[in-house]
Amino acid sequence: MIKFLLRRISFGVGVLLALSLFVFFLFFVAPGDPAAMIGGEKASETQLTQIRKNLGLDRPLPEQYVRFLGKAVTGDLGFSYRNQQPVTKIIMRRVPATLSLVIGAVVLWLAIGIPIGVMSARHPGTLRDRLGQAFILVGLSFPTFVLGMMALYCLYFLPRQAGFTLFPAGGYKAFTSDPLIWAWHLALPWMTLALTIAAVYARLTRGQMLEVMGEDYIRTARAKGATERTVVWKHGMRAALTPLVTQLGSDIALLLGGAIVIEQVFGLQGVGALAVQAVNNQDRPIIIGVVLLGGLFIVVANIIVDVLYVLLDPRVR
Amino acid sequence: MSETAVEETDVVQRGALDLTLRRLRRDRASMMALGIIVCVILLAVLAPWIATLTGHSPIEQFRETGMTPAGIPVGPNAEFWLGTDQLGRDVLVRLAYGARISLLVGVLASLAASLVAIVVGLTAGYFGGLVDIILSRVIDLVMSVPFLLCALALVSALGPSILLSVAVIVFFSWAPMARVIRGQVISLSRQEFVQASRALGAGPLSIMVVDILPNLAVPIIVYTTMQIPSSIVFEATLSFLGMGIVPPTPSWGGMLADASSNSLYLIAWWMVFVPGLALLMTTLAFNILGDGLRDALDPKSSRMARNLKRQKKAASKP
Repeated sequence: MIKFLLRRISFGVGVLLALSLFVFFLFFVAPGDPAAMIGGEKASETQLTQIRKNLGLDRPLPEQYVRFLGKAVTGDLGFSYRNQQPVTKIIMRRVPATLSLVIGAVVLWLAIGIPIGVMSARHPGTLRDRLGQAFILVGLSFPTFVLGMMALYCLYFLPRQAGFTLFPAGGYKAFTSDPLIWAWHLALPWMTLALTIAAVYARLTRGQMLEVMGEDYIRTARAKGATERTVVWKHGMRAALTPLVTQLGSDIALLLGGAIVIEQVFGLQGVGALAVQAVNNQDRPIIIGVVLLGGLFIVVANIIVDVLYVLLDPRVR
Repeated sequence: MSETAVEETDVVQRGALDLTLRRLRRDRASMMALGIIVCVILLAVLAPWIATLTGHSPIEQFRETGMTPAGIPVGPNAEFWLGTDQLGRDVLVRLAYGARISLLVGVLASLAASLVAIVVGLTAGYFGGLVDIILSRVIDLVMSVPFLLCALALVSALGPSILLSVAVIVFFSWAPMARVIRGQVISLSRQEFVQASRALGAGPLSIMVVDILPNLAVPIIVYTTMQIPSSIVFEATLSFLGMGIVPPTPSWGGMLADASSNSLYLIAWWMVFVPGLALLMTTLAFNILGDGLRDALDPKSSRMARNLKRQKKAASKP
């Protein structure tokens, strides 16, 4: 177990190192002079040289990278080109909105996807199965931002026109001020993000359950008189759960991508929206910071998933 | 049975392709999907013709007729069949030209991603050992980076272009398929026909391409088909975030971005529903076709297994 965990952690560190190399050299080869961006158009040549010296841009490249890495490990990612604030501080302000969005969506998509998959698998070939499969196909095909815009139009704008407010237009309200308002503002983003990914889980659950329910031990469970509910949810689901957990690990990158788009559609001021703004402003320290934070999030989430996997499946231990 | 009976039924020998096509043709959902795909291709091919028919070029701005005096886009009417956008451009014509981008990027990126996946998967699976360890680590690595953030960083550093969009999509799409192919190659290369080929003096390249690759045709075809909608959505997402196709070239993602800016679609629903539904129908059609192709190419895998399970279940439940 410890050895397994150590191997996963070292791979995670490798991922982060590769990501840091990627962003660092990406912005080195990219056109555009950072000193000019900070100094502005009117900066003189001596000012530019001074800025370069302050940032260490006059040093050899490997030295710059090592210094950048050494600072990044302690949480110092430099300063925004735009307003000279520390990158870490700017990003941390945006984390609560994104974290709320992402965690709520995971809970919701598991709560939608798994029951639909189970329902579909328990009645193969029937109307319920076809409905489940239709949900899977449409969910897999719906681009997140299209669904989000259509949801806003149908569930926010049309009711507003009719004279009542069903859902707010978007925006993020802090959990600490009022949890109900927080959830109400996040309801549409949660549903949009969850619905498209729930389809993946419905399909996986369906396939797993079809397989598991044909096993001998399920017949044994039925023979000893267990209720159908116990057979399906306790005996069947337990065995079908491990592949779902593995899938969860590989979908976290997908989830982060979805969060960027959703934040854009619903005007949530989260990390994803920050990334898009930074890209539009060519604010490189912020972009580097967000990419590294995204990588860190994926690595940590994957390690948690791996631990869950070991806890769930005694065969791995 | 007598010989005459055989002659009367007129048995035809059918090849694998023929059988597959027959199975596919019997699948009504796949045929409908194929119909939709043909429509989208027609839309893309006929885009210049639609432009001359309506008399509107995709980037021309009709500020007089295409907008209300208050500067609001007009809805579908006799002159603009699918309405206009925020600059008074014809949505229908832009939709047709956008279909070109979506199909071009979607198909091109999917083919390229498949090619990379085939090369990496074959190499890793066939040679094994250190080569496999390194390539598998690379696959793991690509699959565990925040791909959209990295794509945004790449585009912001190098500047958006259609070629970069394709490259980004390929770079972040090949890994899952390479992993599947690697697994298949490992099990295939242990089989007798590969050993026989090796005993006859075939080199690694010949074994990989002549002996192993044809056995991977089914997963490759199915994966590539399923990759097309993902690539189309990926491109649309990049364009939606302003990091894909450079305006004013029309693309479906760009049209949706136009609709989204200033929440304009709330007063001009056609700006989101027209490109949005086009995008949804296209991805849905390719996904249905991919499912149908899998069933038709490999009838054992899904439908038969499903029936088998049903029988088993029925047997266990008297």
